[in-house]
Amino acid sequence: MSRLRSPKRKRSPKRKAARFLQYLALVGYLAFLSFPLLWMLSTSFKTPREVVELHPSLIPRDPTLDNYTTAFTQQHLARAAWNSLQVSVGAAVLTVVIALPAAYALARVRSKVNTVATAWILLSQLFPFILLVIPLFIILKGAGLTNSLFGLVLVYVTWSLPFALWMLQGFVRGIPRELEEAAAMDGASKFQTLVRIVAPLLAPGVVAVTLFAFISSWNEFFFALVLLKRPELATLPLELAKFVGIEGIARLGPLAAGSLMATIPSLIFFAFLQRRLTSGGLAGAVKG
Amino acid sequence: MTTLNEELPLARKKRLDNKYAYFLVLPALAPVLILSVVPLLNGIYLGFTDARAGLNQETNFTGLENYTELLSNDLFWSSFKIGLIWAFSVTILQFLAALGLALLLNLNLRLRWLTRTLALVPWAMPPVIVGIMWQLVYHPDAGLVNEALYRVGLGDLSTNWLGDFSTALPAVIVVGVWAGMPQTTVVLLAGLQGVPAELNEAASVDGAGTWRRFWSITLPQLRPVIVAITSLDFIWNFNSFGLVYVLTTGGPGGKTMLPMLFAYEEAFKYGHFGTAAAMGNAMVLIIVVLLFFYLRRRMREVNA
Repeated sequence: MSRLRSPKRKRSPKRKAARFLQYLALVGYLAFLSFPLLWMLSTSFKTPREVVELHPSLIPRDPTLDNYTTAFTQQHLARAAWNSLQVSVGAAVLTVVIALPAAYALARVRSKVNTVATAWILLSQLFPFILLVIPLFIILKGAGLTNSLFGLVLVYVTWSLPFALWMLQGFVRGIPRELEEAAAMDGASKFQTLVRIVAPLLAPGVVAVTLFAFISSWNEFFFALVLLKRPELATLPLELAKFVGIEGIARLGPLAAGSLMATIPSLIFFAFLQRRLTSGGLAGAVKG
Repeated sequence: MTTLNEELPLARKKRLDNKYAYFLVLPALAPVLILSVVPLLNGIYLGFTDARAGLNQETNFTGLENYTELLSNDLFWSSFKIGLIWAFSVTILQFLAALGLALLLNLNLRLRWLTRTLALVPWAMPPVIVGIMWQLVYHPDAGLVNEALYRVGLGDLSTNWLGDFSTALPAVIVVGVWAGMPQTTVVLLAGLQGVPAELNEAASVDGAGTWRRFWSITLPQLRPVIVAITSLDFIWNFNSFGLVYVLTTGGPGGKTMLPMLFAYEEAFKYGHFGTAAAMGNAMVLIIVVLLFFYLRRRMREVNA
């Protein structure tokens, strides 16, 4: 008995040390990931005077919500948020409206377009945006669509479309064809089948793709920077980037507050996806 | 079983269905074609012209003139050098950090859910906001880094991280790693979960230690995923713009002037569309050449 047990005892301190090191590393990661966030959170609650103090602390002395109201009332952030909302909702809805019938058709009819769309998604990663944005700028300028939120919506839609098509097709394939055939046998028209049978089953996929298109537009900066020059049209990332350098230290509080608020939609999206992303749901996607 | 009589109408119906399908697909293809594919091809072409911003500008084909001009431009060389340093450092550090984190998240540790959630936050944040946040962290007076150094008695080391010639690029690289880690972690974690548990168990029975199992089983199994994600990361990093634009706009003194920032300035500050597009073409060329060698080497390793 004792002979059997002794090697186990010998290993246990070694194992404990390993566990200790693992936790140490985990805490290190936690610190690296969270401190910048905590710092911004803390700055957003600091009074203007405390922000400029030489030895700042992580926990605000007299926490205040002033920065949040300032961000909204004095910084044109509300206007920028409204612009961003219009653009992102417009882009998301338009993307799905265009992509959904196409994805359905592509998934049900064997076609090379599918391969081409996937190839385009991969290939388009290779090209820096500068190659795309100059001709786009010229085209949109010719059409009077620079300095126009609608022009920006068009750009975002084309940029989200290939990926949306690809995602939605996967969802359509998940719906057994037999279901539709059964409905057709029962005398339902093509349109009825789509609305009554396909649409409800497709709803989760549509939500995911809508959110994806919304967030990519909400976060986008480069195209907005090039295409929108009139200050009253600025989207949220543009407006926030504008008051980084110029306004100096006194504006750090409202800047932090505005930035945090601008992150909320994306955070909700990722909370929604979190489980899928980390529970191995992606393993299949990666391995193809 | 089917008779000829049944087959003919069926074939015709199928053709009709296909027509119907193209009618549905067209609205999706047209905008991508008009606003992505055509502009992109046009953009590549512009790199061989003297195109300039402004109305009534004549555009002439100039062949390789833009490129010979770029090659004699010091700023071009320095921005490429900086771009390569940035892309290689961020990609490698990001990969190592993400691999460590993915391995930890794959163990049954407490705090795992918290780390997992937090690890996704940088991914969720718009790049502009990541930039703003790190501005606060690096702030010379009110920043977290300098204050932390002061608290541990290293106050002498504090500096204007983003404004100092020698620290700006490393400081920006750290932000790049922070921002890009989650995506890489998620992909590697998915890859790790795809490693068959039996392999590890069998090796364990044969007396292989943790380290040995990592080198002989986990890493080789992960290789395809690693090659894919590091290639993509490199492309994304080399082409990145928003983060560094917000952090430094390429300063101080051009020390963080990534190729995309250089191209952006050429195009929209000086109106040199042709030069900027040429820069874009040069970037594609660099990436394609690097990827070619990287992938070829990996292929050889797999075949060996």
